Amino acid sequence: MEITNLSNNINEWFNGSGPLADIVISSRIRLARNISGYKFLSRCSNTEKAEILNKLRDVLMSLDLGDEIFYISVDKTSALNRNFLVERHLISRHHAFGKGPRGAVIGQKELFTAMINEEDHLRIQVLKAGCQLKECAEQINHIDDMIEEKISYAFNPRFGYMTACPTNIGTGIRISVMLHLPALKLTGHIEKFLNMAKDMSLAVRGLFGEGTEAASDLYQMSNQVTLGVSEADIVTKFEKEIIPEIIEYENAARKQLLSKQPDILDDKISRALALLQNAHLISSHEALFLLSHLRLGINMHEYMGASTPAINKLHKLCAEGQTRQISIATINKLFMLTLPAHLQINHGKTLDPNDRDILRAKIIRSALNQDTQPKS
Amino acid sequence: MQCQICNQNDATIHLTEISSGVRTEMHICEHCAAEQDITVKNHIPINELLSGLLAVQPTDEEMAGPLKKQQPACPNCGFTLAQFRKEGVLGCPHDYEIFERALIPLIEKAHDGKTAHCGKIPSKTPHDTKKHMTILNLRQQLEAAVRNEDYELAAKLRDEINISEK
Repeated sequence: MEITNLSNNINEWFNGSGPLADIVISSRIRLARNISGYKFLSRCSNTEKAEILNKLRDVLMSLDLGDEIFYISVDKTSALNRNFLVERHLISRHHAFGKGPRGAVIGQKELFTAMINEEDHLRIQVLKAGCQLKECAEQINHIDDMIEEKISYAFNPRFGYMTACPTNIGTGIRISVMLHLPALKLTGHIEKFLNMAKDMSLAVRGLFGEGTEAASDLYQMSNQVTLGVSEADIVTKFEKEIIPEIIEYENAARKQLLSKQPDILDDKISRALALLQNAHLISSHEALFLLSHLRLGINMHEYMGASTPAINKLHKLCAEGQTRQISIATINKLFMLTLPAHLQINHGKTLDPNDRDILRAKIIRSALNQDTQPKS
Repeated sequence: MQCQICNQNDATIHLTEISSGVRTEMHICEHCAAEQDITVKNHIPINELLSGLLAVQPTDEEMAGPLKKQQPACPNCGFTLAQFRKEGVLGCPHDYEIFERALIPLIEKAHDGKTAHCGKIPSKTPHDTKKHMTILNLRQQLEAAVRNEDYELAAKLRDEINISEK
């Protein structure tokens, strides 16, 4: 299994499908575990780390996950490949640039990945499109059970699953959703959302790391408390309280834009379309923001029946049976394929930033100006 | 909960002051906080939070007192609290027992006051340990109910504990 088998495709969890997908782009649950009888990684020698790596790799590769799985030796693969895996949300930046023997086990459909020797011995994660936290929870619990049949976890009756950092002990569970909140930003209400999240002990990060601006208006929101609550309770709280409230906020902001500031909305969408269809040089940062406005326009039409001159024009480009097809899947595919590591892997060689900006613009122009024979 | 100053906005900032053994709490909104010149950091990275909390704990030297013993280290992995302060991660599971006193305030702060696990238990755990854990957890919930003066819940929990202990 080569990395290039993945690089040209859209990840299944990012294809615009799933419940509430106009705001909740994807759901992810991750569990942190350590094997009993070993120290945490900060105190392990490279020999011990290699031993842990081999043990866990053998266990994971023997599992029946209903999907083809392959192993990547993260410490031995190139920086470009590691960046690619980070871009695709398959490993964390911490894992990509960590030290010592470490690896990743990845499902072909990219809905399951496991990091070995990141901050803990093992971190497994399950991803799904849209809001599907309950389904993620069931699946990851089952995988966790399968792993535990073959290996013993470090566990303490009082503090639960043992993790290197006390912020992860207990359940070791990190539940997170990727949210698209362009209207909250456009109406100046994003700070309120961030404060609400802080009040509810939720961590919010812009996409691609802590403290960075939210590229493409995408936010990753996750629980911070992992001890003294059950896994099911956290999932229920997300599904029944937290997510409905955020959806209400973002939808209210979208409706406000539509009724009170349709010109601002149309301006953002029109500029996005014009620039993306015509620019010859475009940075990743700019492309992601413009794609966010197109995503907003498409979703507002599909989920709210919104109708403005710019939204209607965009819709004509998306409608089935037409010569051009722009769907949410296309937007998300462009998002992924024009990221720096993706560009270079698909091009077959490394590129400097200027060449990347040219190639990115070319790929986007080509996708948004496609002219095929009309269907009869 | 409403802001205690303006009584209009929702209170989103909660301040607790402990002085000479007396604990006072203040619940205010951002607007009043700004007016009172109270600066609030929006997002404190968890490492900073942990090191900040550890910094106010008595150092190992202070705890050792005039005898000036060596810094206590975990017999299993040799880890010390000083190393935890620097790295933000522990050395081995045993550290949670060895450094329990210093870690509990951190754990409480990071997990909304909770200090006992009540989620999934590995299937390989012996049955009587599972029972022991359930009772431990019920006891913790009982303590919280009594603290919150929710005596109806406390009574229910006490009954559950009695049944589980049989």
